[in-house]
Amino acid sequence: MTRRGSGLTQDPARDTAGATIDTGRAPAEPPSVAALLERDGVGRRSFLQWCGFIAGVLALPADPFGERIAHALTTQPRLPVLWLNGQDCNGNIEGFLRASDPTPSELVLDRLSIDYVELLMAPSGTAAENQRADTIARFAGRYVLVVEGSVPTAGDGAFCCIGGKAFTQVVEEAAGDALAVIGVGSCAFDGGLPAARGGVTGAVGIREFLSGSGKTIITLPGCPMNVDNLTATLVHYLTFGTWPELDELGRPEFAYGSCVHELCDRRRHYRAGRFVLEWGDEGHQQGWCLLKMGCLGPGTPANCPTARFNSGTSWPVASGAPCLGCTRPKFWDNLSRAFPAAPASSSSSSSSQGT
Amino acid sequence: MPRTVIDPITRIEGHMRVEVEHTDHVVRDAWSTGTMFRGIELILDGRDPREAWVIAQRACGVCTHVHAISSVRAMEDALGIVIPPNARIVRNLLSGSQFVHDHVIHFYHLHALDWVDVMAALSADPAATAELCSRTNVGWPKNSAAYFGEVRARLQGFVDSGQLGPFGGGYWGHPAYTLSPEADLLLVAHYLEALEWQRDFIRVHAILGGKNPHPQTYAVGGMAITLAPDAPSGVNNATLTQMDDLLTAGREFVDKVLVPDVALVASHYKDQWAALGAGPGNLLSYGDFPEGDTGADSFFLPRGRIVGRDLGAALPVDQAAIAETVAHSWYSYTDGDETLKHPSVGETRPRYTGPRPPYESITSIKYSWLKAPRYEGAVYEVGPLARLAVAYAAGVEEAREATDRFLNRADLRATDLFSTLGRVAARAVETQLLAARLPVWLRSLRDNMARGDLRVSDNTKWDPATWPAAATGWGATEAPRGSLGHWVSIADGKIAAYQLVVPTTWNGSPRDAAGRRGAWEQALLTTPLADPERPVEVLRTLHSFDPCMACAVHVHDPASGASVTVRIG
Repeated sequence: MTRRGSGLTQDPARDTAGATIDTGRAPAEPPSVAALLERDGVGRRSFLQWCGFIAGVLALPADPFGERIAHALTTQPRLPVLWLNGQDCNGNIEGFLRASDPTPSELVLDRLSIDYVELLMAPSGTAAENQRADTIARFAGRYVLVVEGSVPTAGDGAFCCIGGKAFTQVVEEAAGDALAVIGVGSCAFDGGLPAARGGVTGAVGIREFLSGSGKTIITLPGCPMNVDNLTATLVHYLTFGTWPELDELGRPEFAYGSCVHELCDRRRHYRAGRFVLEWGDEGHQQGWCLLKMGCLGPGTPANCPTARFNSGTSWPVASGAPCLGCTRPKFWDNLSRAFPAAPASSSSSSSSQGT
Repeated sequence: MPRTVIDPITRIEGHMRVEVEHTDHVVRDAWSTGTMFRGIELILDGRDPREAWVIAQRACGVCTHVHAISSVRAMEDALGIVIPPNARIVRNLLSGSQFVHDHVIHFYHLHALDWVDVMAALSADPAATAELCSRTNVGWPKNSAAYFGEVRARLQGFVDSGQLGPFGGGYWGHPAYTLSPEADLLLVAHYLEALEWQRDFIRVHAILGGKNPHPQTYAVGGMAITLAPDAPSGVNNATLTQMDDLLTAGREFVDKVLVPDVALVASHYKDQWAALGAGPGNLLSYGDFPEGDTGADSFFLPRGRIVGRDLGAALPVDQAAIAETVAHSWYSYTDGDETLKHPSVGETRPRYTGPRPPYESITSIKYSWLKAPRYEGAVYEVGPLARLAVAYAAGVEEAREATDRFLNRADLRATDLFSTLGRVAARAVETQLLAARLPVWLRSLRDNMARGDLRVSDNTKWDPATWPAAATGWGATEAPRGSLGHWVSIADGKIAAYQLVVPTTWNGSPRDAAGRRGAWEQALLTTPLADPERPVEVLRTLHSFDPCMACAVHVHDPASGASVTVRIG
């Protein structure tokens, strides 16, 4: 399915055309993260703390893995990344910018080299496309392809075009020489919203679109994904040279191996039979279990309760809203389960879900 | 006439293409194309109205709150629900912080690179930059020669590495960049600071909504939020204080960094760019931020229209005057593509008649997935400029003061607002207004809670069994990018018709049946184009509108079954 040597990379004269900066020296060997840290004066201690945090996300003990992660990150060159958006809402690249640690600017500029990302990149049009082609050619086999959004396969691909090319072609060209492909968010996972009941664009997820390509394909479902899980996935590769253990749907076990209900802050109320029955009732004010208000935490694989969002500030259930099950396959077609007509009618069906 | 294609347009939300014809280095004509379609309308069909906000919210992950709020408002309008004051305030806090966050990201991360030559910053003198900062960003602590030296060194590191990341391939050295190297370095430093700032500021959304993007605590009737002074999570005394701190820090950044930086750019480029990019001169705002239960009368930013650039009067808005045509859009109407249809009775059959990809140019009569909305048949612009102009004309004191202060600071006249730079200026002024208002709303929430008012939702209509057999509603919201409306019909407890008319459809529409260009197609005329291969001038005007292409309009027409109205914009 993937094609090499496509139109984007045929003209060798264009290979460096996008990098308009003449630095007067060959850009062959990028500096390591260690050199960048030294240059930036980032404290060794805070860096080690961050490495310990990431080890925790990966469910590894900080000792010795924090040190090992630190060693890897301080000796590896910045990982080139191409970030493609298909049928999407930009929620995942926005989520990426909410990275807690490393900070967004460190992640975008210092830890990774994000060579193509339409939301942020300086050039448009041909100059932007040249950036993509340059990275594919210069870092063949060494760049990570991130795909956000679904891939529309119907209508000759006219439902999503970039630079006059169907998104299907853009993905094929970029995936061919990628080290690995990471599908971020629920649309890249299994087609997501455009593939929900009633969709007409032939939308599919990245695993289905690239099936048979032999590529390592990692999926991080969620609407949007949790950026800490993406960071940890990339760090795992940089540290160990391998990708984290994945389940049969390409989801890293460290992030999707437990269900929301098992990890939930409100589970003790579930055990005690204390349930919210109405928005704003006493139970809602006191943080009781949301199961009878439609919560899909039981059976939803995700680490939201422990990873939380926005620098660990909160997650939906902590703020008072039910889990909508957004990391599950085809969650949009099961959304109505999260909206029972009245609490009483949901209690009988939900009682068998929990543990 | 030579034609230049710019696709993808980057530093926007979504997928967009522009083709311009030009002679003598001046744009003579322009065509704007939305190049992505998802078909969300069909997916909303037949759903429970209470879950529609979750789906509608996914229209956009950048302005990730506005479609949710419009959706629940449409349902509440249809079902006759008045939400409790706490829910109204929490929604204002979510909306207001969304605006402030989004506008800051827009200026620094989506727009600044059109004005700032990142590579020229490498030749800046850090000491002189610090001196400029002390004059521009008065009272901002991140200011020293050493600091700007570090930023410059960090930038130099990128260049030396050959891995320029998002800065790679920029139009550096283009003659349109004329700021001093010190101003460039100052703005690059604040680009980086803003990247960290936005991450922290939006934690307000995490407290109130559980996460951002896509906060999750909405409910038809109010907010599904845990709220009590002693609540273990959600909104409690601790997080009220936390939000107060976040809003205070946010306001300081807006006042001391954003607004002065925008003024710096505006005053430098005003001779040319306050005279370009005028647009249609008709402005529309639905108004928003209710501060009471009296609807539009209680809006902090009022509802109104400006016609023909006349800031002397804000005219009334009647949503019945809104209608759309698909004469140049990839849809068909059963009774003629030239017809103007009100959203509540609209229909569209998506019918792609453009070139088969891969293609070089789009020269077909129909050329966009966006439809063309019009008000009384006329082209209108929406967004911060429209809101500020309406507030100004309506005599909102805070708006007049903040606007006059900014104009004075940037050495601009009120008539200069109708321009590329005017849009940028209006966005900054609006950010300042809302950053100042947010703590007021937070205090009123705290006061209510202290008084023992903990209501967050009117649950009397939660059960669909309580609904009438049929109902229709309109949910009007101001999004950061402009006026957003959701129209809904409910029948037998299910969605029978649902339609969105979104800001970028107003601003980025293709031509209508009369051949009138959309707002930014008009604004692009006479734009200079020094080097068609590096069209930074076109980006300046396009980005001044803050395009957001993925927001999709969706209508299902139950009468004709297979007939659907779809718009991306």
